[in-house]
Amino acid sequence: MTKIIHGGGRATVPPATPRLPRIRPKRPRGPARRPVARTGTPLLFLAPGLALVVAFVVLPVLHTLYLSFFHWDGVTPGSWAGLANYRAILDDPELRALFTHSLVLIVFYAAIPIAAGLLLTSLLGRTRVRGMTAYRVVLFLPQAVSLVVVAVAWQWMYAQDGVVNQLLSLAGAHSRTAWLGSFTWALPAIGLIGSWLLSGLCMVLFLAGVQRIDPALYDAARVDGAGAWQEFRHVTLPGLRPELAVALTLTVVAALRSFDVVYVLTKGGPGTATSVPGLAIFQRAFTNGQVGSAAALAVVLTVLIFMVTALITRISGEGR
Amino acid sequence: MNAVVTRTKARAGTHAVLLLFSAVALLPFVSILLISLYPHDQAISGLALPHSLDFGNYADAWTTGNFAALSKSSGIVTACVVPLTSLVSVLNGYVFGTMNFRFKTPLFYLFLIGLVMPFEATIIPLYYDLREFGLANTYPGLILPETALYLSFGTLWMRAHFLTAQRPVIEAAQMEGAGPWTILWRILLPGARPAITTMMALFTVWSWNEFLLALVLAQAPDVQTAPAGLASFVGEHTTDTSGLAAAAVIVTIPVLVVYVLLQRSFIQGIASGGVKG
Repeated sequence: MTKIIHGGGRATVPPATPRLPRIRPKRPRGPARRPVARTGTPLLFLAPGLALVVAFVVLPVLHTLYLSFFHWDGVTPGSWAGLANYRAILDDPELRALFTHSLVLIVFYAAIPIAAGLLLTSLLGRTRVRGMTAYRVVLFLPQAVSLVVVAVAWQWMYAQDGVVNQLLSLAGAHSRTAWLGSFTWALPAIGLIGSWLLSGLCMVLFLAGVQRIDPALYDAARVDGAGAWQEFRHVTLPGLRPELAVALTLTVVAALRSFDVVYVLTKGGPGTATSVPGLAIFQRAFTNGQVGSAAALAVVLTVLIFMVTALITRISGEGR
Repeated sequence: MNAVVTRTKARAGTHAVLLLFSAVALLPFVSILLISLYPHDQAISGLALPHSLDFGNYADAWTTGNFAALSKSSGIVTACVVPLTSLVSVLNGYVFGTMNFRFKTPLFYLFLIGLVMPFEATIIPLYYDLREFGLANTYPGLILPETALYLSFGTLWMRAHFLTAQRPVIEAAQMEGAGPWTILWRILLPGARPAITTMMALFTVWSWNEFLLALVLAQAPDVQTAPAGLASFVGEHTTDTSGLAAAAVIVTIPVLVVYVLLQRSFIQGIASGGVKG
């Protein structure tokens, strides 16, 4: 990327770089002065956005980092904590459990939807389906609905008299389990909501992606005598690499960030069976008076999400 | 078995699979829609049709459940966030997509932080600092942080669009003496309309559905938004399943309209990496 040194005549711009704004006939100036306008204009245009981002993103993030080194109840003056809040995340079993629960949720939020998406894609292949627009609208619907509404809907699905038990009874497995109240089932039940939420997204993504793959590759595979599985393994899967990267990033980050559904349905319960980082940050910061600990959790969560995103981007970028 | 039969069977199989997945996607929504219409005297059980349709649950949620006021707050916030964020995103995208200047890359990364960063990273100081500035429990106190967070996607999205803008068109306009402002509004914006529509569809749905920020930054009844109100409704009305379901449907209807009208844009936007939740 070229940088234009403003003010001086030393500015060297490769000839290929388009010059903006090139000529201002009304105000003839020496060539040395022209770049001044070039840096002035971008900054002027960026000013509102920069002000917003600095005030409501950059400074708060730095403030969170600062708070994470203190013990603070949110009211009385805080005291220096050093790395104690971070050490607690490693030592305190209750805090460690938050991240174990996140791992479980990743299986439900990422692995199941991606598998479902790939399954549908392999079944449908490249056939153009009539009425696909309608299917797509329906499959994608959960993405447009508030997660609070999703939680309300699933609260009823999982109730004792709810739809899940009704379907199980129809299948011959009579059940009166209150799924969200069970120490064993609450976390998988939350996870399944994530699977439901993100499967349609993965399906739509992959079905769109598969249309983009060069048909000649399929013809070549067929000439080579590839079966359906080999065709999927060697043509479809590599061809879907960009879509897989997007799906993996979106779903893993959604699992790590899960808050809304847990907050509405279980508040982390029963006990701490469904506690996740997002919920613990909220509770510690705003109800339990452990602001420093909440800030440290927020920092760790942010770093984790950055690492996961960078890792997926790197892996998916290889061999392209 | 001849080829035609095979093809017909395959087609039927395809539709069967898609119908099954669609049914699963719709099931929770259908079940609360049914419940919201149950009369008060009918016991609710599983997925079953109510004896008679009772729209009273909606009237109750709208008035006694306060969803008239909650929807109004959500509407005000959304009506401010969408144009504001779109305008700033267009300006940012225009600068990053068409201009070269010093510190371009670091500044661009500054805007991208919000794309990956979870809201949890900013919510704690926002809550404590906005109180200091008297912005807690005000509309601007929710609108400005939302705008700043959605701006990351908007900047990336509009930049991608303006990168495809025709260089010769811009340069020709410059030859005519058009300034950067004129070039943006007169020459580039008409072609950017589809990209802007997609972006606005996403912002509308995100802002209306925004939960964590609204829950923390707008707690006072006069500024509380619909999703946050619905969440507190869950705690207060544990026995009134029908009322809760009706409230949930009320919260969904506005975004549903936007989604159905702009589904193509919306799906395209999310598929290219725009998810907030």
